[in-house]
Amino acid sequence: MLSAMILLPLALALAVLFLPGDEQAQARMARLVGLGTTLVLFAMGLVLWAGFDSSTAAFQFTERAELFGGLFSWHLGIDGISLVLILLSVFLMPLCILAGWDSIKTRVPEYICAFLVMEALMIGVFASLDLFLFYIFFEAGLIPMYLIIGVWGGKRRIYASYKFFLYTLLGSVLMLLAMLWMVREAGTTDIPALMAHDFPVHAQTWLWLAFFASFAVKMPMWPVHTWLPDAHVEAPTAGSMILAGVLLKMGGYGFIRFSMPMFPEASVQLMWLVFALSMIAVVVTSLIALVQSDMKKLIAYSSVAHMAFVTGGLFALNTQGVEGAMVVMLSHGVVSAALFFCVGVIYDRLHTRDIDRYGGVTTNMPRYAVFFLLFTMASIALPGTSGFVGEFLALTGIFKANTWVAFVMATGVILGAAYMLWLFARVMFGAQKNADAAAMPDLSAREWSIMVPLALVALWMGVYPKPFLEPLKAPVESLMARMARANAPQTQFTPLLAKAAVAAAPAVAHETTGHSE
Amino acid sequence: MIQILVFLPLIAFLIAGIGNRMIGNVAAKSVTTGALFISCALSWVTFIGLINGAPAQDVLVAQWFTSGDLAVNWSLKVDILTGVMLVVITSVSALVHLYSWGYMAEDPDQPRFFAYLSLFTFAMLMLVTADNLVQMFFGWEGVGLASYLLIGFWYKKPSAWAAAIKAFVVNRVGDFGFMLGIFGLFMLFGTVDLDTILSAVPTAKGATFTFLGHSVDAITCLALLLFVGACGKSAQVPLHTWLPDAMEGPTPVSALIHAATMVTAGVFLVCRMSPLFDASVTASTVVTYVGALTAIFAATVATTQHDIKRVIAYSTCSQLGFMFFAAGTGAYGAAMFHLFTHAFFKALLFLCAGSVIHAMHHEQDMRYYGGLRKVIPWTFAAMVIGTIAITGVNYTSGYFSKDAVLFAAWERGTEASRVAFSVGIFASLLTSFYSWRLIFKTFFGKPRWSQSEHIQHAVHDAHGHDDHHDHVHADHGHDDHHHADQADGTAGYHPHESPWPMMVPLALLSFGALFAGAIFNDMFVGHHGFWNGSLVHDGEFYAALHHVPGLVHWSPTLAMLTGLTIAFLVYIRNPQAADAFKKQFRHLHAFLSNKWYFDEIYNWLFVKPALWLGNIFWKRGDQGLIDRFGPDGLSGLVGSGSGIAHRFQSGLVYSYALVMLAGVALFATWFMVR
Repeated sequence: MLSAMILLPLALALAVLFLPGDEQAQARMARLVGLGTTLVLFAMGLVLWAGFDSSTAAFQFTERAELFGGLFSWHLGIDGISLVLILLSVFLMPLCILAGWDSIKTRVPEYICAFLVMEALMIGVFASLDLFLFYIFFEAGLIPMYLIIGVWGGKRRIYASYKFFLYTLLGSVLMLLAMLWMVREAGTTDIPALMAHDFPVHAQTWLWLAFFASFAVKMPMWPVHTWLPDAHVEAPTAGSMILAGVLLKMGGYGFIRFSMPMFPEASVQLMWLVFALSMIAVVVTSLIALVQSDMKKLIAYSSVAHMAFVTGGLFALNTQGVEGAMVVMLSHGVVSAALFFCVGVIYDRLHTRDIDRYGGVTTNMPRYAVFFLLFTMASIALPGTSGFVGEFLALTGIFKANTWVAFVMATGVILGAAYMLWLFARVMFGAQKNADAAAMPDLSAREWSIMVPLALVALWMGVYPKPFLEPLKAPVESLMARMARANAPQTQFTPLLAKAAVAAAPAVAHETTGHSE
Repeated sequence: MIQILVFLPLIAFLIAGIGNRMIGNVAAKSVTTGALFISCALSWVTFIGLINGAPAQDVLVAQWFTSGDLAVNWSLKVDILTGVMLVVITSVSALVHLYSWGYMAEDPDQPRFFAYLSLFTFAMLMLVTADNLVQMFFGWEGVGLASYLLIGFWYKKPSAWAAAIKAFVVNRVGDFGFMLGIFGLFMLFGTVDLDTILSAVPTAKGATFTFLGHSVDAITCLALLLFVGACGKSAQVPLHTWLPDAMEGPTPVSALIHAATMVTAGVFLVCRMSPLFDASVTASTVVTYVGALTAIFAATVATTQHDIKRVIAYSTCSQLGFMFFAAGTGAYGAAMFHLFTHAFFKALLFLCAGSVIHAMHHEQDMRYYGGLRKVIPWTFAAMVIGTIAITGVNYTSGYFSKDAVLFAAWERGTEASRVAFSVGIFASLLTSFYSWRLIFKTFFGKPRWSQSEHIQHAVHDAHGHDDHHDHVHADHGHDDHHHADQADGTAGYHPHESPWPMMVPLALLSFGALFAGAIFNDMFVGHHGFWNGSLVHDGEFYAALHHVPGLVHWSPTLAMLTGLTIAFLVYIRNPQAADAFKKQFRHLHAFLSNKWYFDEIYNWLFVKPALWLGNIFWKRGDQGLIDRFGPDGLSGLVGSGSGIAHRFQSGLVYSYALVMLAGVALFATWFMVR
């Protein structure tokens, strides 16, 4: 099943390049093939979900074939964490294809090809159980993204992809070296085996830092985030959607799959570093978002702030924190993709991302306004939308680990409301000051078909997130069991009810020493 | 039944909101209003049942989310405290829905308006029926959303959407505290369930935890964090600045959200958590002082405002201060009582103001009113009823509740509560003054309508477009540019009394404003166990209120009469006195009419630095530092000539693929030769 989900889009990606007919016919065919393939993959994703057993942390749907004489293996399998991220990918992909349906007019077959390849590689990242295989998918997954930005992007696309390249290169070289060392030490490339391998504590720090270099860039964490605003600004709408929706989740996935279970002691040792960077990210990038005049840049900066909730939640190293971080990832995947699509809708009409060129759009696009508002609210974590459940859980976890960190990061809740509502108001409210903006027509049927699923999922995850949380419980629990030996500085006091039972010991425990900022 | 009561407004919101123009004005209005009247009827049935001893219930609707030992449900808890809120919310909401048929009759966006009103009602009902803190937070932010939407209802007006954003963001500051409070309570008690937490409060007395690096008393710290949330929602100093601006919303909204219901959510929260607050002297003292400060601050500002709605808004702010210091002195029953009666007379005052504004063609400035009692006599009558209730004329509802609040503050006898009592008496005097000032400036004296731009527009439009109509008033047929010179100051404008959908709510609320206090006095602040454990209530303490010293007993009445007398002297007897006073105390007047300069200070302290910092971090940090020494610096290193750099950049994708392949090869080699 998982092999099929990787090979099918690859095969069709190849096929789409050899379509018959003239350019027009090729383009039409290519779009249909792209949509059809992604929809089939979505259906396969749902089959995975339906057949998934949430009660166990073990990897499911596993497949294994030795490659190159046992050098490494084509080893696939998913646990709940992989499952939800694969679901996110296959859910967003058809919507991305639809988003570029009309606006991409040049080299359409190649465009569709790039998206299909990317989908295959994304699924590969989340499903590989072999270190070597993971590395290939993880690094190769960015190549189609470069192409999408570089070929179908805006004016400064070369600069943007160049920046992306430099950051990623640095990170991946270090990660590769670390991987080589690990394989030599543990004698296996098998991820489940590595997750159970106890690396020497002194080595963990270096390994952790090497992986961190790569994942922090992908996340992106402050201060290695500056590629993201440029990449988003230059990418076409669908590119931004998939970049924000799925690619940013690879860093978080890396932390939860590699850094935490493989280097638990180092994770505890270095949680102060993650906390410090997360706190800085929330405050600094939120303030930066406040002064942006480019819609996409604003949302890109807000993504950095949201991703800080992921890193903060993960390294709270407790159940609420990790589960919250996962939900933030899912929610941000849906909501930021939706927000980039919202920008794309009006960009397609007016060809500018400059906030000041709009104004009063609600008057001529009232239906669009409803969706834009809904996603704005989800982005600022209004209870009842997907954003709330994640941020609430993540902050609960962080509060448990360290009240200072929670205090600083919770200010993101205030700043987030400020920059998002101000963006919304400047675009949608006020007088219609520009005639061309006032003449924009409301949503088309195609745009409806993208907005509605995104909106429904954002609300579903906000009101009844149980189906999404359920698969996470077992793997997170086993992760916590794994982390337990590292003795993370947790709960500063045990809940009092329990404590009263054990006859009142002093309730104060020490916090982590190294919070900075 | 409780499910129907709560979810009916949600369904109405969805029908009116999604149906919108497809189903048309009348359908959208009927569905929402109908739903609200049904909810209202069910609320009264529930409430009366609870009074007669029906047991409290807690109905599970669905699981919301769980994570580790944190479990959050959607469920509806109904006890007597909730019952009181249900009645207040649905009654005022139903009446405001009805009122809006008349008030919003000419608005092109009526379905949207009614949908928002119903959405608000649903969120508010979720807030008061919450059996856990997270669901309460859902309602808490939900009413914030509805408030944002309704303040910004006329979204084309920049001042309206600016006010909407301000309301949301300032409330978020409060919510920030509320959230931290929830986290802390969860850590302390291992649950977010209200009943469990409140019954476990005694076991947590004296517990400490490390908050922001300091070891603090857990109960005090968490109560204060929750109180930060309450301050935001209930517009208490220093988080009050959004409320006056919120008057940008249509007036029915001000009556429903910014007077009777949403702004009282903070008081409700403190009362709901009363065992927690009661367990901390420090927290209660802070609540008392903040309430007293707000009561006096808002009352002083209200005396100088000209906008009729802003006067009432500051009045609301001040009355909320009364409720808080009542809660702070431990008189939670009195706080709820004042919340209850206040809902009636304040909604009444706002709806009357709406009726005046409606009659005066959207003019809100009292300087352009005057002499209206003859042309809109029913509105006048209703507004006087509201005024005698809020100022506490004997046997009106405000008399009972305000006296209970003040006497409790006296009787508690702590330093904070005695301060609150004195401040409360002075605030009562001011309340009486500014309330009567409003009445005198609006309804008495000579018409001063002719300077109003709104009135001029109205008259102008009547001449410009209605020429073919019969001119009932033959004498204003002359050139409208001269109407300002008309001797009677009316500019030839003829206000009309509002239509019946607006007058019926006024009549019903007038009844409540007059009699709700007398009817419910014995229950809310009696010793009969009305509260049934839903808040901290000491029957003996309330019984003692009947025996406060004579001076204390009469002081609210004296204050009320003094305020009335001053207002009469200044605005009826000697109309020049106000101007003379203004000249004499120029700085004081400027200080008050600029609302103690809170907005200016906040702008200087928070808004400007935030934008300044944002720019610094962006231009100097991201671009000047990170990019300069990061990627841009590297590109300089890689190719000093631009040609080389360019070639390097354009070949990026290939070089990346190459590096990756090299990596894979390296990997493979290492593995094989090791």
